[in-house]
Amino acid sequence: MSIFVNKNTRVLVQGITGREGQFHTKQCVEYGTNIVAGVTPGKGGQKMDDIPVFNTVKSAVQSTGANASLIFVPPAFGADAIMEAADAGVDVIVAITEGIPVLDMVKVKNFLATKKCRLIGPNCPGIITPGECKIGIMPGKIHKGGGPVGVVSRSGTLTYEVVDQLTKQGLGQTTCIGIGGDPVNGTNFIDVLKAFQDDPETKGIVMVGEIGGNAEEEASEYIKKNLTKPVVGFIAGLTAPPGRRMGHAGAIISGSSGTGQAKIEAMKKNGIHVCENLGEIGEIAKRVF
Amino acid sequence: MKIHEYQAKELFRKYDVPVPEGKVAFSKEEAQAVADELGGYPVVVKAQIHAGGRGKGGGVKLASSREDVGTLANQILGMTLVTHQTGPAGKEVKKILVEAGQKIAKELYLSMLVDRQSAKIVIMASQEGGMDIEEVAAKTPEKIIKVYVDPLCGIQAYHIRDLAFGLDMPSDAMKPFSGMVKQLYTLFAANDCSLVEINPLILTVDNQVLALDAKVDIDSNAMFRHKDLLAYRDLDEEDPQEVEASKYNLNYINLDGNVGNIVNGAGLAMATMDIIKNAGAKPANFMDVGGGATSEMVENALRIILMDQKVKAILINIFGGILRCDVFAEGVVQAAKKTGINIPVVVRMEGTNVDTGRKILAESGLNLTSAVDLKDAATKIAAAV
Repeated sequence: MSIFVNKNTRVLVQGITGREGQFHTKQCVEYGTNIVAGVTPGKGGQKMDDIPVFNTVKSAVQSTGANASLIFVPPAFGADAIMEAADAGVDVIVAITEGIPVLDMVKVKNFLATKKCRLIGPNCPGIITPGECKIGIMPGKIHKGGGPVGVVSRSGTLTYEVVDQLTKQGLGQTTCIGIGGDPVNGTNFIDVLKAFQDDPETKGIVMVGEIGGNAEEEASEYIKKNLTKPVVGFIAGLTAPPGRRMGHAGAIISGSSGTGQAKIEAMKKNGIHVCENLGEIGEIAKRVF
Repeated sequence: MKIHEYQAKELFRKYDVPVPEGKVAFSKEEAQAVADELGGYPVVVKAQIHAGGRGKGGGVKLASSREDVGTLANQILGMTLVTHQTGPAGKEVKKILVEAGQKIAKELYLSMLVDRQSAKIVIMASQEGGMDIEEVAAKTPEKIIKVYVDPLCGIQAYHIRDLAFGLDMPSDAMKPFSGMVKQLYTLFAANDCSLVEINPLILTVDNQVLALDAKVDIDSNAMFRHKDLLAYRDLDEEDPQEVEASKYNLNYINLDGNVGNIVNGAGLAMATMDIIKNAGAKPANFMDVGGGATSEMVENALRIILMDQKVKAILINIFGGILRCDVFAEGVVQAAKKTGINIPVVVRMEGTNVDTGRKILAESGLNLTSAVDLKDAATKIAAAV
């Protein structure tokens, strides 16, 4: 089992003819993802490899029955692309694009509240159900399918590091999701935790957070109240200075809120197995799960 | 992007948000000329740096004569102002704002920012103007009024009523206050602000509202549609290494430790800093070269880190993924040769073709140490400094 996406997911790629779009589409296809369409306005009727390209998401969905979208458009067009996918009835929208203005995302988020779709990201590596479906830019081969671990993270390469350690410990993954490093994003920790709790194949969860905001604190409380499965947690950025944006737009300590210490304390208080040294997260997961 | 108070007030004027009369000055003579133009005393002389707490640090003074303005301008221009936001090194003051003094009846607080949790724009107000708002929030949260504005609908009259009645606004000041909040919201939305803060917002004895101070931060991700605001960027306020890094799209932040580090991806970069600290050393920087990372980027990253004399060793931590480790190792070797690096470098790579990559590093004849995993990298880098 898995959450949100599986081998039956039919994926379209927005921005498929761009450099990033082309490269990662090929990688996804190679992994076995069922990519059924691409969208680039003005290039409808062309093909990228064997994948038909459409002018609009609506026409791509009508012709191919795509139910998920992978977005690679530049930041200035990110909000538009997400809303177009949502309006076309796509169920799962994965936005890789980094650098979408936060006021755009604030509007998108309020717009999506009236739709039934799920947005993952933006500024994220995407989602992968190992062995079935990769919708994103993560390296497929570091993953190991079949569970028992579910992974949720705000980061990209840091998630790969964690997954790599899990795989090396012989721990496979049900689904791995990067929810993105922006201050305002779609799917949050709690959405994913809930889905992992309901997924029978997921026996344990690794949650990777970072400084900024209070999503980890809220997730920790949610875990204590609602989860029966063990959770291993990690927070990046304990040495980050306050007031500086650490690469991710969302990774900033404002005043006394968003510090790594506060997040770690919240995790510990709520029964999460906190990993304080990233080099050990695989071993800790092995011990706990 | 941070901007100066005088620039924020320029923006306020453009949107009809009332501010005191005044102008920026770069010398004693200019300061006195501005005071002459204002045509009355007292005037306020305010240091312009990108940090709060300027008053407490001695950067805001009242002048009651032309001579006073001259003396204060000489005193403040060139001074190193240390506040709780500048760090212990402080910041050199290169410009001052000279403004007309005001007859203050009451000091209030008003700010707008994006609330991450609700994905709304939150407007906060308090009667505790002039105070540190973090402190008010911690000690007396009931004294802060918050209204949440749906960005799709924009600000409504009831939002403003909530604020005005919460602030005990006198009835004569209702109209000017309402106009000010509406205009500020327009400014906030039209300029992709991440923060607009007025502390204090004053009520004058004749029931006018005025932004005595002004702080505006602009979302760096939105600069592509605000080319006009780019002129507000003040490179003097930024770290020279950070300015250099920004030219190459490198995410770099200068810190005060001794271990330089280069990492692909922001999360992994933060975690790498933490690992350095855990191993008993101190990170000299945050450096994210992006998820991909090319040899050219590594070369620039190395060059920028080597500008920092405090750096005694460098840790390169790359999770290859789609990027092949052999290609990356070649890049590191080239970059190390070009920059003539003469301090120890520990390279930790993981991903595709990692064995070939390590072989390339070992055979390069350079002072490059390979680490097999993160724990190994931490031990080796701590031993190197």
